[in-house]
Amino acid sequence: MIEIENVSKTFTLHNQGSAVIPVMERANLSVQPGECVALIGASGAGKSTLMRMIYGNYLAASGRIVVGGVDVAQAAPRDILALRRQTLGYVSQFLRVVPRVPTLEVVAEPLLMVGEGREAALERAGELLTRLNIPERLWGLSPTTFSGGEQQRVNIARGFAYAYPALLLDEPTASLDAHNRETVLSLVEEAKANGAAIVGIFHDEAARGRVCDREVNVTAFTPEAA
Amino acid sequence: MTPLLQVSDISKFYGVRLGCRDVSFDLFPGEVMGIVGESGSGKSTLLGCLAGQLAPDTGEVLFDTRAEGPHDTLTMSEPERRMLARTDWAFVQQHAREGLRMGVSAGGNVGERLMAVGARHYGDIRDQALDWLGRVEISEDRMDDKPTAFSGGMQQRLQIARNLVTGPRLVFMDEPTGGLDVSVQARLLDLLRGLVREMGLSAIIVTHDLAVVRLLADRLMVMKDGHVVETGLTDQVLDDPQHGYTQLLVSSVLQV
Repeated sequence: MIEIENVSKTFTLHNQGSAVIPVMERANLSVQPGECVALIGASGAGKSTLMRMIYGNYLAASGRIVVGGVDVAQAAPRDILALRRQTLGYVSQFLRVVPRVPTLEVVAEPLLMVGEGREAALERAGELLTRLNIPERLWGLSPTTFSGGEQQRVNIARGFAYAYPALLLDEPTASLDAHNRETVLSLVEEAKANGAAIVGIFHDEAARGRVCDREVNVTAFTPEAA
Repeated sequence: MTPLLQVSDISKFYGVRLGCRDVSFDLFPGEVMGIVGESGSGKSTLLGCLAGQLAPDTGEVLFDTRAEGPHDTLTMSEPERRMLARTDWAFVQQHAREGLRMGVSAGGNVGERLMAVGARHYGDIRDQALDWLGRVEISEDRMDDKPTAFSGGMQQRLQIARNLVTGPRLVFMDEPTGGLDVSVQARLLDLLRGLVREMGLSAIIVTHDLAVVRLLADRLMVMKDGHVVETGLTDQVLDDPQHGYTQLLVSSVLQV
């Protein structure tokens, strides 16, 4: 489902003496449907960078990143957007929403985007918010006013609303209490059972051990210091 | 899929000064493209050329017309172009006063567009105008007021209603949130996003506000000194800018 071949990445800082910083070289990764792969490595090793490249948020310098048949490293913006609507989900660490949009709508949006009926979408959104312990009295409010933990749970609910065949998870259990952490882990297990190919970053080792089938250390892709 | 708009090699000079040069891109149905850059980078000149308000010195703008397929809007006859501007296109000006008839009531401003495309039944026109004023959150009891009695934000929303009532397929926007305070901006952005999605509109938005394009645009084009320096998926251009100027632009945004 997700095939990464020979991917490299450099950052060129034009306004800081045109410094070229190679951050990744010869990255390879293959994730099958129903499989969850954990990216590990020290902070700064490039876990998030690799994840962002898979999502098309960062531009790969070379190589192929094929998700559901689309090469994200080469595809036109509209093809990447279609991929993100239908195939590839991403739960980032931070919620980014339009001000004034109610929480329930924020969570239902991915379903509405793929043409799900309004009623069914809102029902699914409500279900997820309930499971993640966001009280119903908050559903009509914009999540911009919520606490950090609440925003994170809204973000997770949004990420799992639609059953993406491929899913990227950036620290989904960070700073959650035991109960909510348990809910998130079962959501991941349900997604796997549904056949989703998942790439995740989990600092929580117990969580990683429970939901991930194998680990890939991204330090192996770090370019050797010249 | 046929692009709604195919732009190739648009250049415009003001005497010896460069407005914009060799701009090419395709815009597909339902796509929203943002054009960013500092003042004087040529973004408004480009928008004017695309919308048929300025005559570029070189290039082609092919618009996929409903009746005859792709047509060069630059070589089209004036009546044809005006017909397009009334039906399939909309232009939202930065200053609402330029896009509104200030001496006509709010309802009249919206209704006038409908009459221009042949609507004649007073009751229907009034109903549709009312429906659109509701969508842009202008209450019914302000329908017969003139826009001179409206706040800046309301005028901008009225201008949007006037432009979208005829169900255009392509909307040009020049700094649609410029000069509005942030709370009004958020409301307007939310409104625009909803309308773009509901109606499947294609839009080209010129702005210097990166937050606006992040929320509204699928794709981004960055201009500097009349040239396009970078294009791509909006979040990619903003989060991983490749060109030095874009990096400067992105890193210059003040964090709140």
